[in-house]
Amino acid sequence: MSQKPEKLIDKKGLRLDGRKPEELRSIKIEVGILPNADGSAYIQQGKNKILAGVFGPRELHPKHLALPDRTVLRCRYHMAPFSVQERKSPAPSRRDIELSKVIREALEPSIFLEYYPRTGIDIFVEILQADGGTRCASITAASLALADAGIPMRDLVVACAAGKADDTIVLDLMDTEDKKGGADVPVALMPNLNAVTLLQMDGILTFEEFEKAVNLALKGCREIYTMQKEALKAKYESVKEVEE
Amino acid sequence: MSSVIVRVKQKQIMDLIAKGKRLDGRGLTDYREIKVEQGLIERAEGSARVLLGKTEIMAGTKIEIGKPFSDTPNEGVLTVNAELVPLASPTFEPGPPKEDSIELARVVDRGIRESKALDFKKLCIKPGKKVFVIFVDVYVLNHDGNLIDASALAALAALLNTKMFNYEIEEDEVKIKPGYTPLPVGKHPIAVTFAKINDKLIVDPWLEEEQTMDARLTMTIDDDSNVCAIQKGGSGYFTPKQVLEAAKTAMEKAEENRKKLKW
Amino acid sequence: MPTFFERRQLVTPGDLLAEGTYLAGENTYKENNKIYASRLGLVQYEDKNVNVVALRAFYIPKLGDTVIGTIVEVGFSGWTLDINSPYLAILRASEVLSRPFRPQENDLSKVLDVGDLVIAKIITYDRTHDPRLTVGEPGLGKITRGQIVKMTPTKIPRVIGRKGSMVSMIKQETGCHIILGQNGVILITGKSLEDEQLAMMALRKIECESHTSGLTDRIAQMIKKEKAKQKEEIKNESET
Repeated sequence: MSQKPEKLIDKKGLRLDGRKPEELRSIKIEVGILPNADGSAYIQQGKNKILAGVFGPRELHPKHLALPDRTVLRCRYHMAPFSVQERKSPAPSRRDIELSKVIREALEPSIFLEYYPRTGIDIFVEILQADGGTRCASITAASLALADAGIPMRDLVVACAAGKADDTIVLDLMDTEDKKGGADVPVALMPNLNAVTLLQMDGILTFEEFEKAVNLALKGCREIYTMQKEALKAKYESVKEVEE
Repeated sequence: MSSVIVRVKQKQIMDLIAKGKRLDGRGLTDYREIKVEQGLIERAEGSARVLLGKTEIMAGTKIEIGKPFSDTPNEGVLTVNAELVPLASPTFEPGPPKEDSIELARVVDRGIRESKALDFKKLCIKPGKKVFVIFVDVYVLNHDGNLIDASALAALAALLNTKMFNYEIEEDEVKIKPGYTPLPVGKHPIAVTFAKINDKLIVDPWLEEEQTMDARLTMTIDDDSNVCAIQKGGSGYFTPKQVLEAAKTAMEKAEENRKKLKW
Repeated sequence: MPTFFERRQLVTPGDLLAEGTYLAGENTYKENNKIYASRLGLVQYEDKNVNVVALRAFYIPKLGDTVIGTIVEVGFSGWTLDINSPYLAILRASEVLSRPFRPQENDLSKVLDVGDLVIAKIITYDRTHDPRLTVGEPGLGKITRGQIVKMTPTKIPRVIGRKGSMVSMIKQETGCHIILGQNGVILITGKSLEDEQLAMMALRKIECESHTSGLTDRIAQMIKKEKAKQKEEIKNESET
């Protein structure tokens, strides 16, 4: 509490990092960066630095977990011990286990799981540096890794949070806003199907504020979606440019 | 018996919901009967049992003196844990907590914490040194669906029932004095869970509806009709319109269910 | 009944490709009369069919396909093979040994051992059972020499080219024998390591540039250039 900044929004209506309330942090996305994974992606969103790798569909181990009518999707969200201010133990925390579950459930609706019975798909997310909103950035990256692995999907899944800083509804909360702000609403979306695949919230919001936050988060998702698609195409378009 | 649901029954549930009906005769936004009993476990500082239809939850609280977290030196500590007791369902296995029980505990925890139900500042004994640590243990005794709402209600009822021992500080030591005071519970967050079946939202799904649903959405609402925690679960999705519709319904249902509690 | 992209345009999963009475072909799906892409690839509209030629996919076994696999396990009555697919394949001993065999007496690892490469054909496969293979046809069986190249199986048609034009050009120019496994595994056998390397280089180039046009000509040019380079090197070596 000692180092709590006076205000999260200054007199000009700008945030601690100089952003306007409805502005995203700078985002950099790369696809196909891990040679040994079947699919992979890297995302940098603000100071978040996150790697996602996908293996499969492949034979599932242990075998008894296999399902006769669909692929088993597994996900591990994991934070590097050096990713946060105080060293984090590499053993999975309760938070990590919950996040692994909600990230998996955010991605599941996008995958045609019934296509490949008796197999498994593994998603590994490594947080190299955390700066608020890691679950959302993880979903954005993991969905790209799945597409990069050639897994048939209904749509890409993209995620972004909105929340409340002081009395203003703001987009894409960074660490301080997440911790000191009034609320955080992470949302994941399949934009072409208008389907919300992750929704969580903590804080206190009236119905009107909640509605505004959800709509703002959805707007953020659509903006990131454009970048996500560009990143996926970039891997193949770079070849084209060399040739022509 | 396993967790497999007969397909015919699944279809029956879906067809009925399309017509706005449910297998057990409820309307789409009706809860099952709710019963709350408090103070059944004498050894616990507080306890409660909640029956939601056939779903049965016992919650108990214990209080200890411990250290505060370094970033909140003048606030007490809350720890919520949930046990899916093997006798409650053939699908629950003994062993370390799995993701389902961890999620359950964290959703209950988030509702209490984010609504500021507990006045954590009043649980501080010596800033930075000694605070009260409140343990809430949620015990699932029978699983018939919608564990979240029943557990959140049981946890809150147990907290409302909790007696904090009186104390005084003598030479830096905490001395326990006779008598008790109730815990400083200021807000009463109520969790309302929806299941999406056949593209319709229903509240308080029972077990077979949960085995049929595409996705689940829990909204926790405080006394002033604010949303204070949300959790989506399951491998399906919701439309933005359904989300807002759910928030509206949750506010009505939370107010109804809050009346089952006494304070 | 509109379509939303140009022919051979790059699309990503979820892109709306067409609306109305079109048929959802490969790597697409239909929902509410709309056809969407389900994989990253190049969109194709042919009459009423909408397809996406995937740039990244994996091999799903098909009856009658010729595949190249690696033995990963030797069992009592047969072998398990990695065929570059989500599913492992089974080759029974009876498919390999013409004479009746006794598990107690015959050591199968003497016939085919872990790490051996095999060209085989898929004889059974469905959703509930792993694919089964045979080697009982001419041209099938254990591979003893050559080079292996792996690529996304959807690119095999590109290696074949229109009416086999690409692969026959490479064969002719490099003098190598090339066997294409439908599972994305390719065997190259040539007279010399240099020839094989030349063919491998060509295949790698096809893999990277499979989605570009005018590829056959560029590959032919590349091979000619590399051949010239090789000759130059040999000449230089003999001079020094």
